[in-house]
Amino acid sequence: METSDVIVVGGGLFGPATAYGLRQQGLDTVVLDDGDDVLRAARGNFGLVWVQSKGMGMHRYHAWSRESAHLYANFAAELKEGSGADIAHRNDGGMHLLLGEDEREQRRREMDMMRQQAGVDAFECEIIEREEVEKMLPGVRLGDDVVGASFSKHDGDVNPLKLLRAINGSFQHMGGRYRSDCRVENIRHDGSAFIAETKNGSFTAPKIVLACGHGITKLAPMVGLDTPIVPQRGQILVTERAEPVLAMALSSVRQTDEGTVQIGNTEEEVDFNDGTTLDAGQAMARRAVTIFPQLAGLRLIRTWGCIRVLTPDKCAIYDESEQYPGAYVATSHSGVTLAAVNARRTAKWIATGETPPGFEEFSAKRFKTEGSHVPAHH
Amino acid sequence: MSESIDLAVIGAGPAGLAAATTASEHGLSVVLFDEQPAPGGQIFRNIEGVDRATMGDTLGEDYLKGGTIAEAFRKSSADYRPSATVWRVDPDGSLAWTDGTTARILKARRIIAATGAIERPVPIPGWTLSGVMAAGAAQILMKTASMVPDGPTVIAGNGPLLYLVANQLFKAGAEIAAILETTRFRDYLAAIPHAPAALRANEYLSKGARMMQHLRNKGFRIQSAVSNIRATGDGTLQKVIYTANTTEIEVKANTLLLHQGVIPNVQITRQVNANHEWYAPQRYWRPVTDEWGTTSVETLAIAGDGAGILGAEAAEVAGHLAALETVKRLGKIDEIDRDVQAGPLLREHNRLASIRPLLDKLYHPSAEILVPPDETTVCRCEEVTAGDIRQCVAEGATGPNQLKAYTRCGMGPCQGRMCGLTVSEVIADARDKPVEEIGYYRLRPPIKPVTLGELAAMEDT
Amino acid sequence: MYRRITDPKGGMVAIHFEGQRLQVPANETVAAAILAATPGYTRTTVVSGDKRAPYCMMGTCFECSMEIDGVQNRQACMTTVADGMIVKRQMGKREMPE
Repeated sequence: METSDVIVVGGGLFGPATAYGLRQQGLDTVVLDDGDDVLRAARGNFGLVWVQSKGMGMHRYHAWSRESAHLYANFAAELKEGSGADIAHRNDGGMHLLLGEDEREQRRREMDMMRQQAGVDAFECEIIEREEVEKMLPGVRLGDDVVGASFSKHDGDVNPLKLLRAINGSFQHMGGRYRSDCRVENIRHDGSAFIAETKNGSFTAPKIVLACGHGITKLAPMVGLDTPIVPQRGQILVTERAEPVLAMALSSVRQTDEGTVQIGNTEEEVDFNDGTTLDAGQAMARRAVTIFPQLAGLRLIRTWGCIRVLTPDKCAIYDESEQYPGAYVATSHSGVTLAAVNARRTAKWIATGETPPGFEEFSAKRFKTEGSHVPAHH
Repeated sequence: MSESIDLAVIGAGPAGLAAATTASEHGLSVVLFDEQPAPGGQIFRNIEGVDRATMGDTLGEDYLKGGTIAEAFRKSSADYRPSATVWRVDPDGSLAWTDGTTARILKARRIIAATGAIERPVPIPGWTLSGVMAAGAAQILMKTASMVPDGPTVIAGNGPLLYLVANQLFKAGAEIAAILETTRFRDYLAAIPHAPAALRANEYLSKGARMMQHLRNKGFRIQSAVSNIRATGDGTLQKVIYTANTTEIEVKANTLLLHQGVIPNVQITRQVNANHEWYAPQRYWRPVTDEWGTTSVETLAIAGDGAGILGAEAAEVAGHLAALETVKRLGKIDEIDRDVQAGPLLREHNRLASIRPLLDKLYHPSAEILVPPDETTVCRCEEVTAGDIRQCVAEGATGPNQLKAYTRCGMGPCQGRMCGLTVSEVIADARDKPVEEIGYYRLRPPIKPVTLGELAAMEDT
Repeated sequence: MYRRITDPKGGMVAIHFEGQRLQVPANETVAAAILAATPGYTRTTVVSGDKRAPYCMMGTCFECSMEIDGVQNRQACMTTVADGMIVKRQMGKREMPE
């Protein structure tokens, strides 16, 4: 049986980022990961380090995302030193492009709500006009229907796949232990430590962190945690590589440093079906060429479907078990954006108990209203 | 509104042509899609247009026989759509295709995919150099363009196609600098237990033996048990280096033709998530099918080499069988009628399949191309080497899909056609596990690239 | 790299390839025409700029990706020549379409 100071269950983004931070805190850390062809929401990520639309209904989450965005440059530099990989972090702001008046109006309303809920804290995101959008995207022609965008200086992006490898690589470079093909089937507590059982061995530690996406549903009750998450499919399109011309992080059509254009996305309730559909592909392609007519000539190389790990209010859940202190859960669908703050603050919270201000708001208790109990699945 | 028909056949090789012909003769509405501008697939490529007077003798009788299948198809009522690429197939029988300008949807009650085989990729150091090609590519150039390689040509690998291509090139006047066989004597020994089955398919083996003898008679040394083949050159192929009898030999060459057998083209069956099984004797994946070619997706049948390599004759028979089953499923004939017609075909199919174990043992792909050295490019599109793959395994990647996420290996336009098998083998070898456990890439549509503009302009589903 | 061994039947067409004007048989694929015209390559790779030439001639390897009549990344082995066609090597990543 392998012993460590802490076991992190889940090898996507939440797990390794938190594990990286735990290792930096000096803890002997083991990451347990499942196999090759399982759901793995982390692989389907869009690469956005996104703040502007995060936390509708919960300002704490908006601020948390913003903090992560601020920590990112430093995090990226460390990853480069540790793993040798450049995650192509870009932090020049981001835009959510708006087609037509209705979209602009709706966005304005949403932003007003976010500003109001921010209270004394700043909410920095504004609607900009088409001419300003054109200035920010000089390399490309805007479709006629683009009326403007919501812009936030806090937004940015990274290369979605390089990030996965860089975090895992840096973690191992620091002496972290990564164990693949080790899906945790059972967790028990023997009075002094947790024991996680997998088909390829058992692991024990006084602390255990559940960061395994949909695997949380089965494991959380074993450590006295109630963590409601639901599946939601997102589909994206990926094109052939082209010379990079899209100079900024954009919410639904963006170009990676390698030149591929990623187009997203959908939000579908289809349980755990991670396939793709023609009509969603069509809708996304239509929107993309409406925004940037030049894209019509680009070849679609691949379509992807991935199952997001969604909480009932789309904001993160961080919890420590009361029944089994030392058992934690950390989850949200924004593993990319939160990687930096997970590596810093979440790891510190797990290692030392130091709770960031207002952190208790992230507990899943928020879903319990007097006497009633929000079920894990809709 | 998208088109609706009874049967869509994908691929105009012997299996597809036979399936489309039989199905339409039984009264089904049939559309046959094929990427090439003329029927024949790869084995009978350009059978209608080939210059028989000058190339007929070179290409040989077996090739020319393909003309009859194409003729029968042309006479049928099937709707033939050449230069058409099917880029997505769905389990409900609908498919998306393009003619290069416009993407469309077709709804079929059933689909027979007859997309045949592709050459096993032969990853050797230097195989990405200009001048290194698959042996089948040289055949295609002979069939479609009456061309042969200019200057010294080396042909290397193993498999019946090696001798066929060497003969054809020789007859066509190519300068053959060397013929290198990677087969070893012990492979011939391993084949012996299957000898009784070989007697049943005598013609096949004696043909191969005749070709080898013919080449020897012309003074060609066929070097056997060759290993460590490498292609070298500055921006283009200049020399082929190999080891024979512990001696390293260099041959000047403009062209190196590689062949290590053919493998099923599984792009469609994988994209639709049909079940596959690992065929260990020839180290490839094939879809799981019943005797009618039906996959684990009921609306999709596979006919021909796409279900497992059995050759052109068996492919034609399989096409008829898949069509008969489709005709029965769509209610035009009953089971008894189907069985009466299918009886002789099933027997013929079994006969043709019976020589396979012998051939598969004899022509086993060489170990060093299955698991190539570190410096060898494995993913040609994204330039990922065998060493890169091993590095990822060391970092904890357990299979091809995590490898894909770490390196983009398999994310290029070919979507694993050139690298998929090698990736599974290298990972299996690095992790010391059977390939079946490692698995294969998860394949996603589009099977072939299609522009965003075409997708956007396509009529609603 | 390759040479034709028979006189082509069915007429010739003129195509342009990297500044050369080539007379090629009317029913040939662009890839075959390029192989017969020059030693060398059809494209350079997107990652390292390596020179590549056709490998499979049947649409599976994508090494024959070229710019044909202004459209980039077309498979030359799947495209028949036409009179006046303009063929260029695909140099690394394509440009964003106009």
